[in-house]
Amino acid sequence: MTPQDPRTTDSAMPLDPMPAKGAKESGGGARKATPDIIRPYGDTTGDGMVQVSFTLPVPHDKRAEGAALQLAAKMGLEPALLVHAKAMGPDFTFFVVYGSAKHLVDLREVKVVEREFPLLTPKDVNAAIKSRMRRKLVVVGACIGTDAHTVGIDAILNIKGFAGEKGLEYYREIKVVNLGAQVLVPDLVERARAEKADAVMVSQVVTQRDAHIHNTTAMSAAFREAYPAGQVPLLVVGGPRFEEGSAPKLGVDRIFGRGTTPGEVASYLVHELAQPKATQEKR
Amino acid sequence: MKPLLDLDPVTVRKARSLARKAGRPVVKLAQSHTTVSVERATLRLAGLAGADHERVPWVNHLVDRVREDVGLEHGVTTPVWDALRRGEADDLLTLAQKSASGSVSFRVPEGNDATRARKAARTAVARGIRTIDKQRATRDRLIKRHGDPKQRPWIYLIVATGDIYEDIPQAQAAAREGADIIAVIRSTGQSLLDYVPEGATREGYAGTYATQENFRLMRAALDETSKELGRYIRLTNYASGLCMPEIAALAGLERLDMMLNDSMYGILFRDINPIRTFVDQRFSRQVHARAGIIINTGEDNYLTTADAVEAAHTVTVSQLLNEYFAKEAGLEDWQLGLGHAFEINPEIPDSFRMELAHALLARQLFPDAPLKWMPPTKHMTGDVFRGYLLDGFFNLVGAMTGQGILLVGMMTEAVVTPFLSDRDLALQNVRYVLGAAGGLTEDFHPPRDGFIQTRARQVLGEAVDLLDAITSEPGKAPLLEAIGDGTFGLMKRPADAGKGLDGVVERAPEYDNPAITMLEEGATK
Repeated sequence: MTPQDPRTTDSAMPLDPMPAKGAKESGGGARKATPDIIRPYGDTTGDGMVQVSFTLPVPHDKRAEGAALQLAAKMGLEPALLVHAKAMGPDFTFFVVYGSAKHLVDLREVKVVEREFPLLTPKDVNAAIKSRMRRKLVVVGACIGTDAHTVGIDAILNIKGFAGEKGLEYYREIKVVNLGAQVLVPDLVERARAEKADAVMVSQVVTQRDAHIHNTTAMSAAFREAYPAGQVPLLVVGGPRFEEGSAPKLGVDRIFGRGTTPGEVASYLVHELAQPKATQEKR
Repeated sequence: MKPLLDLDPVTVRKARSLARKAGRPVVKLAQSHTTVSVERATLRLAGLAGADHERVPWVNHLVDRVREDVGLEHGVTTPVWDALRRGEADDLLTLAQKSASGSVSFRVPEGNDATRARKAARTAVARGIRTIDKQRATRDRLIKRHGDPKQRPWIYLIVATGDIYEDIPQAQAAAREGADIIAVIRSTGQSLLDYVPEGATREGYAGTYATQENFRLMRAALDETSKELGRYIRLTNYASGLCMPEIAALAGLERLDMMLNDSMYGILFRDINPIRTFVDQRFSRQVHARAGIIINTGEDNYLTTADAVEAAHTVTVSQLLNEYFAKEAGLEDWQLGLGHAFEINPEIPDSFRMELAHALLARQLFPDAPLKWMPPTKHMTGDVFRGYLLDGFFNLVGAMTGQGILLVGMMTEAVVTPFLSDRDLALQNVRYVLGAAGGLTEDFHPPRDGFIQTRARQVLGEAVDLLDAITSEPGKAPLLEAIGDGTFGLMKRPADAGKGLDGVVERAPEYDNPAITMLEEGATK
C-alpha cells in the first residue's frame, strides 16, 4: 500500500475533500463510499487523532510524565500530547494523552463473527412473542441431578438478573417456572408437560466424573421418550464446562457457556420459537 | 426550616396509616413463626461459631438435628440447653459436634426442666447481646473521638474484589480519597446460600463473601484508617437473603455500621418465600435496632426493573412499608436509610425536574431519616463521558435535596469494575458539586403549584391509591395477597412458594427464643 493508493484516506486529504470520482454508489445512495484503509478522525480526515487515559503505578513527577509519553509512543501515538496528569494518591498517576495513531485500519481484513441470532432488547423480545406466538412463552428451568449450584440458572431466570441485565422473569411475555436445585429428571419432564413448556432450561455446574454430561444426556433422552417426535420443547443447557459444539451429541438444542447474559438467552428463545410463521415450520 | 413541598398533611397521615394497616398482619405472622435462620442466629449469639471440615457451620448441624428429633416449633434453645443440662456434652460446641455425628438425642423438656433449660439458654444468649451492646458503645466512643464526616451527604463507596485481603487496601485507599462509608459487596449468589460461610475468604464472584472473619478483618482495618484520617469510617454489608438474621447478628457482634436490609427485596427479586423473608426481616431489624446499625433499604431495585416515572410511587409505597416494619422492630428514625434512585430516562423531557420532585418527596415524607440516594445504572450506556455528566446531575439532586447518604456513581457503571482513576474522577465530581452547589438547599424553593410540587403531590397520591388497593385485598394478610398477585415489580410471589419455604416453622404456644425476648424487653441478662 503506497500513500498514493486512491483507496487510502490520506490521498483524499487535504486537497480533495470531495468523494473520489467513480466511487461505488451504496444501497441507499446517500451514503458516501468508504475507502478500505482508514485512520481515526479527530477534526480533519486522516489526522489519526485519538485520546487515551490510563494510570501508571508511579508517583506524579517529571519521570512519570515521561513514562506516560513512552507508553503512548509504544501504543503508536506519534506525536503524543500529554494534556493532563494528576496524582492518584501517593503511588499512582492518572494521565490523559492525545496523539496521532500511526496505525492504519484495513477494512477488508475486518471479520465479523455473526451470532446465529440477533440480540434483541427486552421490549423487542416481548413484542416478538406477543405478535407471533399470541400467548406467553413458557420456560421451565432447573438444576438437575445432585447439582445444588443454582447461581447460573438464577442469574438467567431471576428478575435480579446478571451483568446489569434483568433475568427472564422480567420479560412480560415470558412465563418462568424455576424449579430450583436437585430436581429429578422425571419431575422436570412432568412439570414441563404440565406447564406446556416451550423451552426447558437446565443448569449444570458440577462436573465431577462428567456428571454434567451424564445428567444432560439423561435429561434429553427422557424428553424424547416422553414427547411425540417434533414436539419436544426446546432444550437448553448452561454451565461453565460444556464443550462448544457438543449440543447435538448431548441431544440438546443449544449450550450456553460462562458469561452468558439473560438477554442473549431471551433473544435465542425468540429466534427459535417466535420466528415469523414461514421459518418456524423447520422446528 | 419551612418545608419545600406543600404536601397535604391529611394525605401524608393517610399514607402512613395505610402502610400500618398493610404491615400489621404481616408482623402478626412474623410473631407466630420462626425460621431455621432465626434459630441459627440465636445460637450464634450464644457463641456457637465454626464449621466442620466440609465447611458446614455447626449452627446448621445443631439446628437440623434438633429439628429432626423434636421439631423447631418450641425454638432450638430449650432442647439444646436441656441436652447440655442432661450432660450430653460439656459445652455448646461439643454438643453441636456430637449432634452432627448423631450421638446426641434431644427432647422437649417439661416443668422444672423446661424452666431451667430456658434460664440457661437466656444466660448464654445474653452474652451475645451484651457483646452487641459493647460494640455499640465502642462505635459511639470512636465517633466521639474521630468525628463524623464534615459534610452531608456522607459519601458511600463500594469495594468488591472477591478477596478480603485485596478489599482491605482498596477500602483504605477509598477512605483516604474521601469515602465516609465503605460497602463490601457480596459474592453473587450468597443470598441464596442457606448457611453463612466461615473464615477469611479469597475467592468470590463479583463480590466478597460475608463472613464473621471478613467482617472482623475489615472493621479492624477501617478502625486504623479512621484513626489516621480523624474521621470515623463506617462499614456496610448486606443482611439479606436466606441467612439475613445470622448476618445481622454477626454484623452486630463485629460492629458493622450499616446494613442493606429491605423488607421485600428477597421476595421480589430473589424469589425467597414471603413468610421466610418477613420472619427473618423482623429478627434482623430487632438486632440492627439494638446494635445501633443504620439500615439501607433497596427501593432502587423497583426503578431498575420498571419505568422510573411510572413506578415512582412504588418507591414511596416501599419506603412507607419499610418505615413501618423498621419502627415496629424498634429502629429509630436516624437508623432508616430509606432508598431511592436517579433512574429516570435522561431522554425524557424534564427528567431532571422529576428527579428533583421525587427526591424532595422522599426528603419531606421522612424528614429525620438519613435517606440513601443511589446513582443512575439503568441509563448508563457505556458512553463514559455522558455517564460522567449524568452522575454530575445525580450529585446535584443529592446536594439540592439534602440527602443523607450518597452512593457515588461511577462513569464506568455497566462497563468494568471501577478503575482506580474512575473512583478518583467520581469523587472529584461529588466534591465539585457539593462544594459548588451544596448551599443551594437555602435558595431552592420550588414554587407552589409549579411543576415540582405538582409532580410530588401526584406521586404521593398514586402511592396512597396503591396502598389503598393493597389493603383492600382479601384474606388475613392483604399485603401477602398483593405480593402473590404481582402488585410489586411485576413479580407474582405466592406465600406458599419460593426458596427457603421449608425452613419456616409455625411456633408452638410454648415457643421460646431468649434473643427475641431480650431484644423486645431491652434486657441485658
